[in-house]
Amino acid sequence: MAQTESPLGAVATLASGLLFGFGLAWSTMIRPESVLDFLTFDDLGLLFVLGSAVGINLLAYQLVPRLFGRTLLGTAFQPRPFELDRPALLGGLLFGVGWGLCGVCPGPALAGLGAGNADLLIALAGIFAGALLHGLWAGRQAPATA
Amino acid sequence: MPVTLFPHGIAHYALGGTLMGLGVALLYVTTGRPGGVSTFFSSSWSWLLRGPFFRQDSFLESRHWRLVYALGLVLGGGLFLLAGQTVEASHIPAWKLALGGVLIGFGARLGGGCTSGHGICGMASLSAASFVMVITFLGTGIVTASLLKWLGV
Repeated sequence: MAQTESPLGAVATLASGLLFGFGLAWSTMIRPESVLDFLTFDDLGLLFVLGSAVGINLLAYQLVPRLFGRTLLGTAFQPRPFELDRPALLGGLLFGVGWGLCGVCPGPALAGLGAGNADLLIALAGIFAGALLHGLWAGRQAPATA
Repeated sequence: MPVTLFPHGIAHYALGGTLMGLGVALLYVTTGRPGGVSTFFSSSWSWLLRGPFFRQDSFLESRHWRLVYALGLVLGGGLFLLAGQTVEASHIPAWKLALGGVLIGFGARLGGGCTSGHGICGMASLSAASFVMVITFLGTGIVTASLLKWLGV
């Protein structure tokens, strides 16, 4: 069943993305060089980026559902469906190779584009193409599952 | 070995990460949605393609908010500029962005998430599977970037 989106839900979603994107820019994660410097141990600042972001969400994900039961807008908390198997591990492996090759990941690619790095359009086109290839491949593997 | 592990300090990293975390937390607390970004790149194909994979319910149900969320990310980057901040120019060769992009898109979707999905939401959910995924892509990321640096590519 399709969820009907309340106007408030849309506003909250937009605001969330905005804050996330602004934070990605502030932390310089939208510069591929910053990410690559982390992966080559030249600047470990990304640890503080990830640590702060995970720390806050640890509180949000662990405490808020227990304290309130439902979201502020009255909807249910959605689980993050994920099953660790061989293909997923292969996916993580490939993702890491791409990440180490160009220093881009999906969120920073979007935020970095907004901050004026037009080169990231190439990466975004690549990510869309990669997701398309995955979908075509997965659709062929298991055409019946939807 | 570098002289310092943090040649640019840590203040902007910690503050930026905090703002990022607040964004992802806001999404979860208001709408209950785990704010992974990479699914956007699959669910958006459902606007164009009719294949069964792209028409799966989870994409049709989420493609609208994922588009709004992605728009917010782009606008967040724009707001950074409007706030008078500047971004140092980037010099990554086009072939790396293109090839890297395809690997990122394919890998993130096959792996069920990226740095935001597994790295932030998954770890905040204390999902052991997401921890394994983060270690995996962190590992190949470090090996790839270090190897290319060593080769001077």
